[in-house]
Amino acid sequence: MKKLMTGNEAFAYGAYLSGVRVGAAYPGTPSSEILDNYSRYPGVFAEWSPNEKVALDVAIGAAYAGTRSMAVMKHVGLNVAADSFFYAVYTGVKGGLVIVCADDPDMHSSQNEQDNRNYAKFAKCPMLEPSDSEEAKQFVGIALEMSEQFETPVLVRSVTRLSHSASPVEVTDAAPPPAPEELPLYERDAQRYVMVPSNARRRHPIVEERLKKLAEYAETMPINVIEPGDESLGIVSAGVSYHYAKEVFPNATFLKLGMVYPLPEKLIHEFASKVKTVVVVEELDPFLEEHLRLMGVEVRGKDVFPMLGEFSPSLVRRCAVEAGLITAPEAPPEIKTDLERPVRPPMLCPGCSHRFIFHVLKEAGALVLGDIGCYTLGWAPPLSAMHTTGCMGASIGVAHGIDKAGVKDDIVAFLGDSTFLHSGIHPLIDTLYNKSAVTTIISDNNATAMTGFQEHPGTGKTLQSQETNQVDPVKLALGLGFEKVDSCDPYDIDKMAEILEDHLKSGLPSVIVARHPCVLNAKEKHTPPVVDPEICINCGICLDIGCSPLVQEEDNVRIDALLCNGCGLCVKVCPQEAIVPQ
Amino acid sequence: MTKKDFILAGVGGQGTILASNILAEVGLQLGHDVKKAEVHGMAQRGGQVDSHVRWGEHVFSPLGEENNFDYLVGFEMLEAARFPHFMRKGAAAVVNDYRINPPLVNLGKAQYPSKEEIETLLLQRAEKVYWINATAIANDLGNPAMAGVVLLGKLSSLVEGEQEDWLAVIERMVPPRFVDLNKKAFIAGRDA
Repeated sequence: MKKLMTGNEAFAYGAYLSGVRVGAAYPGTPSSEILDNYSRYPGVFAEWSPNEKVALDVAIGAAYAGTRSMAVMKHVGLNVAADSFFYAVYTGVKGGLVIVCADDPDMHSSQNEQDNRNYAKFAKCPMLEPSDSEEAKQFVGIALEMSEQFETPVLVRSVTRLSHSASPVEVTDAAPPPAPEELPLYERDAQRYVMVPSNARRRHPIVEERLKKLAEYAETMPINVIEPGDESLGIVSAGVSYHYAKEVFPNATFLKLGMVYPLPEKLIHEFASKVKTVVVVEELDPFLEEHLRLMGVEVRGKDVFPMLGEFSPSLVRRCAVEAGLITAPEAPPEIKTDLERPVRPPMLCPGCSHRFIFHVLKEAGALVLGDIGCYTLGWAPPLSAMHTTGCMGASIGVAHGIDKAGVKDDIVAFLGDSTFLHSGIHPLIDTLYNKSAVTTIISDNNATAMTGFQEHPGTGKTLQSQETNQVDPVKLALGLGFEKVDSCDPYDIDKMAEILEDHLKSGLPSVIVARHPCVLNAKEKHTPPVVDPEICINCGICLDIGCSPLVQEEDNVRIDALLCNGCGLCVKVCPQEAIVPQ
Repeated sequence: MTKKDFILAGVGGQGTILASNILAEVGLQLGHDVKKAEVHGMAQRGGQVDSHVRWGEHVFSPLGEENNFDYLVGFEMLEAARFPHFMRKGAAAVVNDYRINPPLVNLGKAQYPSKEEIETLLLQRAEKVYWINATAIANDLGNPAMAGVVLLGKLSSLVEGEQEDWLAVIERMVPPRFVDLNKKAFIAGRDA
């Protein structure tokens, strides 16, 4: 039976079918739904780890113990986990270890568009790249078998367009291999698993030897395949780009690569000798193209297709026409219009507690060093209340550095609860240890809201819905030795402003935990207030909080009751008291 | 079997994703190969959401091509107005007669185009624009978030498949306690 599944659902299904028993991840678009789906299968252990490095260490540990395991992350998550990734390639594993890693070409929800195929080469780790959901399911199984056969972690690459697209998957009644009846016995082999220099030097040649064997194996893998066609044009492609290319060059000869590292060089030479022109269709870096060039294959690639952003069939066709590879298809007359169509950037939701904090920070005129989460949206006008955002956990360290450079602004580091627990604790310790006048605000909405309200170590619940220990950032800060630690509900903006002023004046490193649940997650909603058109002078001050239900009309502001959450921030900021609670 | 490409364009929170899931599933039930693509992530926070749903004998790419879509379903007027160039000549547009101002319009710094301007733009490619008061109909039934199902109802009257085929998929894909309401919303759209 065929069932429609997103790429992410299919990765999870493949992991379950292949007997993965331990899965660990930190959520990150576009990878988040993989572990969420996996966690609902019977007989598996799945966790949200505090961050990707921890997730990978957990999966490595399970694999050392002989258990099939999976770590899942977005592309930049592998930066966080890179240290662990590299040692695991040296030690190798016993049970299969698959790392599913999702790139985000065009940065739909990311800070960069790094091409993680480079990590495969960098760390000398094999990488598979499925092109649709059926392959996502199958390739997880292939990766695990390879992992056990060659005793190496295996990367499986996704991209946004695979993770978040859906296509039919063959669903079977076959059950996964049964769990072993006996508990795993850990085989102690310190020479292999303790990466002191003397041991690591013994492991490195094994890694190089393994890579050669994997390259030979690549020649025999059915997922690397030549699809015969018109021999005047030969297309080399992998992943979702393969499908774009199939739409545009339906008659060409194809080399479809299921494994993108290491590459099957004999197969590539055989393919290149068959066709007149070789064209590589790949998003982002010229990863395959450069390898083919080094092999001496004459190839076109980034001279035809862009190095930036995401591909689509339209883009591949346009580039192919411009390069003279195909003729332009018949098209209807171009649309002629100069109609203004204003952009619609994402915004903080109506009722969002982050907005209250940004309002207070803006009034205080603080320099706000930000982080990754929904609240990153606070940088944009009209809020314009955040001044840097780099990567997960960067806010506090950057704030500390600005203070050490001698900047005398009121310096605030701003990050969410999940981001704080991901990578905010160490830089927070730095503000205490090396003493900076940084006030760290943890905007605690009790969820990893941005990626879909996942649990985290501060929520008291696990991924598999078990009650558990709850990390309290207030107690944590007190335990570390901070003198100034306060918590408040940011909906009370007067109290929040008072605490902030006290902290900023103190000149001490300090922590404010501003707690209010995400209103979407908690389904909190109040009766919308109403603007009294007789009192409203249409000054527009309420519009500066950047809340979508507030609409400026000719004579006054109006509140769209369908969109309004009834949080009342506009009531508090209106200088005329024209917005009336109901 | 001829191919059919649908583009669904709306604003985060309007139910475009559920509607595109239903549309994809109906295609599969009707015997097509089906692929679907959409963007989530930050789009959940009131930004643009667009999905492509493709039915055909063999569908390669989850993304369709400009100039080639057979149907444009606009969950919001301005969002529909962003995609006329995706339609083939003679396509059909089903558009919710509903406006959500983008922030710049709320701040009085940009103009929201008029319904007539949007219709003229879409008619450069579309054979016809079907305007539906989907949000109003859904709101009358008790939940404005069902606007997408109302729009699907109208769309279903333009493509193959019996009413029962669509209702059966809705029944499977909507939480049990909302099934009856969603069926009503679908039929209201189909008859609109």
